[in-house]
Amino acid sequence: MPIASAEADLRASPDPGLRSDLTPLTGWGRAAPVPARFVLGEDLEALTREAVLTRGLGRAYGDAAMPPRAGATVAGSRFADRILALDEERGILRAEAGASLARVSALLLTRRLAIPVVPGTGFVTLGGMVAADVHGKNQHVAGSIGDHVRAVRLRLADGQIVDARRPEQEPLLRATLGGMGLTGHILEVELRLDRIPSPWIVEERETCGDLESLLAALVRDGATWPFTVSWADALARGRSLGRGIVTRGRWARPDEAPAADPPQGLHVALPFDLPSWALQPLSGRAFNRLYLTAAAVGASRRIVSPAAFFHPLDALGDWNRVYGRRGFTQYQCVVPREAGTGPVVRLFEELHRRRVPSYLSVVKDFGRNGSGLLSFPRPGITVTLDVPLAGEETQQAIDALNRITIAAGGRVYLAKDLLTRPEHFRALEPRLDAFQEARRRFDPERRIGSALSVRLFGDGA
Amino acid sequence: MKGVLLGATGGIGRALARRMAARGDRLFLLGRDEASLERSARDLEAHGATKPVGTARCDLLDPSSFAPALDRAEAMLGTLDTVVVSAGSFGTQDELERDADLRQRMLTANFTGTIGFCEIARPRLLATPGGTLCVFSSVAGDRARRQVALYGAAKAGLSYYLAGLDARYRREGLRTVCVKPGFVRTAMTAGLRPPPFAAEPDTVARDVLRAIDAGRPVLYTPAIWRLVLLAIRLLPRAAMRRLEF
Repeated sequence: MPIASAEADLRASPDPGLRSDLTPLTGWGRAAPVPARFVLGEDLEALTREAVLTRGLGRAYGDAAMPPRAGATVAGSRFADRILALDEERGILRAEAGASLARVSALLLTRRLAIPVVPGTGFVTLGGMVAADVHGKNQHVAGSIGDHVRAVRLRLADGQIVDARRPEQEPLLRATLGGMGLTGHILEVELRLDRIPSPWIVEERETCGDLESLLAALVRDGATWPFTVSWADALARGRSLGRGIVTRGRWARPDEAPAADPPQGLHVALPFDLPSWALQPLSGRAFNRLYLTAAAVGASRRIVSPAAFFHPLDALGDWNRVYGRRGFTQYQCVVPREAGTGPVVRLFEELHRRRVPSYLSVVKDFGRNGSGLLSFPRPGITVTLDVPLAGEETQQAIDALNRITIAAGGRVYLAKDLLTRPEHFRALEPRLDAFQEARRRFDPERRIGSALSVRLFGDGA
Repeated sequence: MKGVLLGATGGIGRALARRMAARGDRLFLLGRDEASLERSARDLEAHGATKPVGTARCDLLDPSSFAPALDRAEAMLGTLDTVVVSAGSFGTQDELERDADLRQRMLTANFTGTIGFCEIARPRLLATPGGTLCVFSSVAGDRARRQVALYGAAKAGLSYYLAGLDARYRREGLRTVCVKPGFVRTAMTAGLRPPPFAAEPDTVARDVLRAIDAGRPVLYTPAIWRLVLLAIRLLPRAAMRRLEF
C-alpha cells in the first residue's frame, strides 16, 4: 500500500546518487518548504537523540511537523512501525509510534478489533494521532484518541526516556495528548481497542437542504448512531447555505455483513500537480452539484468497507496535489454549542464575501472535551474548510475566520493550522498558559520545537 | 513453511516476514541487535506467526556467529526448509569512496559474509529435499554503473555465486532464489532521490514470497526492472560512462 507523504518528491539533491543532507519539509498543504536534516530509520530511540522534533507521515496540514528553523534535525518515525504487544482478549495494543493507522487497522480488522477513534485519513502514525489528540466521526460518543490512550513512551527534552502511564504520569500525559509533539518525542503508544461485530460498516446518507436541517440531522442521528458526519456545500448561498449530506454509520452485525473480509484497498496516487485552473470556482460548483445529485439518487443504505467509510480520500493517494504548486491550508474550528448556529453561518458568509474557493467543508457535532491540556475537541460544532493558498488574501481570510471563532468562544485545530496569528491564538486559547507551564516543566530550555511552536508559542527560531 | 530469516528486523525483510506471519508460518529471526530481534518477534506474532517466534544473534561481519545461530534455529524448528538473507549493507558511491571502514564493512557483509553464511546453511537445507535459499542481491549487480561501482561489485559477485548454487544444487533439491530489487523506499534508501519505478517494501515482499513459493531462480522486483536492466546491459561502454544513475 503506497503511503503518500509530503516530502517524497521534494528531495534537495539534484543528483540521484547522492544522499542529500537537507530535505525540504512541508505540511500536507505543501506550502513554504523548510529544509531540515530529516533522519529516517527503524530505531526511533536512536533517531530522536539529536532531533528537535519527530515527524510521522507528514499529514499535519500546516506547520506542526515542520522544523523550527532551517537545518534543524527532524526524526522521521514512519519506519519505526512494529507492534510490540497485541492482547486480543483484553483488547490492548502497544506499538512503535511510527506505525500507520491504515496498516494497524487492516491487521486489527482480521481479529475483529478496531482502534476506537480514527481521523479522516489512515495515513497517520499512532504517534501523530496522540500528538494531535485526533477525533473522528464518533467524537460525540467516543471522545478523541486521548481518551483511549493507556500509556505513551516518550523521550523527554533532557534525553530521559519515560513511560507515561496513568495515574502516576498524569500531568505529562495530559500535556502530551494534543501537545503537538512539544512535550517530548513519542516513541511508543499503548491503546485500548474496540471489539467489533464484523469488519464492515453499515452506512446511510441523507441530503439536507440547509444548515438548520443539516445540524438537526447530525444531532438526531448522533443519539443512535456511533458515527456521524456531514459534508456541506461551502459555495451554496442564501436559503441553501449549509446544504449538504449527512452520513451516519455503525459496525455491521455479522448477519448483515458479507462473508469475506473487505479487500485491502487499491490506492491510486496522483503523480503530478494539477494546474491551478483545474480547481476554479466553476469546477468546484460542478463538483458539488454532482455530489448532491449522486446522494439524492443513490441508495441511502449500503454496506461499505471501513477504509471507504472512514478514509474515502485515501484512495486518491496524493490528493493534496490537486491544489497545485501553491498549496492549500485547511481551516478547522469548533464553536461552542451555546453559541448556536450563528457563527457557522458567519464562517460560510465570510468565505463567500471574500470569494474564497472552498469546496470541501465538513461539519460535525462534538459531544465531549478532549482530555489533553491543549486538546482541540469541546462540545459544539466543528467546521472544516479547504482554502487554496493565494498570498496575502488568504491570510486576511483566515484572520477574518478567526475573528468569528474568537467572538464565538471557539478553538482552532493545530493539526490543520498554518496561518493563525499569535495574538489571535492567545485570544482563542485561555489554556495556553497552562500548556506553557507544562512545557517549562518538561522542556525548560525549549529544546523541542516546530515551526508551529515558533509561530504560536513564542519559541525562538 | 518454516522460515529462518536473517535481516527481517527492518526494510524489505520486515515486510516479507509479516507476509509469512500473516499465513501462519513458523519463523526464526537472525540479526545483530538482540533487542530489535525481540521486538520484531513480537510484531510477527501479532501478525499471525505461529508462536513463539525464536531469535538468535547472527552478524554477517562475524562468521563465527553463523553456525551457532543456525543450530539454534534448527533446534527450535526441527529441519530447515526456507532460509532468507535480506540483511546487507549499503552506502552511496560517494560515502563508500570516502569512508574506508564503511567500504570494508559493505564489501564483507554483502559478499564474503553472505556467501559464508549461505555455505553454512546449504548442507542443512540439502538434508531435506525441497529446501529454499532466498538471498537479496540487487539490480546494481547486473551492470557496472557510475553511481553503484562499489556496491554493484559486491552484489554482482553475490549474484554470480547464487547462479552457481542454482547450477550445482538445483538437481539435488536445493532451490536458490536470487532477488534483485530496484529502488525500494526503506530506511536504507532514505535521503536518496527516488528514481522512476521506486517501490514500497510491501509490494516487493509480495513478489519475493511468490518467488519463494514458486522456487524462481531469479526475481526482478518490481518486474519492470527486468526490462530496464535488459536495456542497460545492451548499452555500449561509452554510454555507461555518461549514464547518470
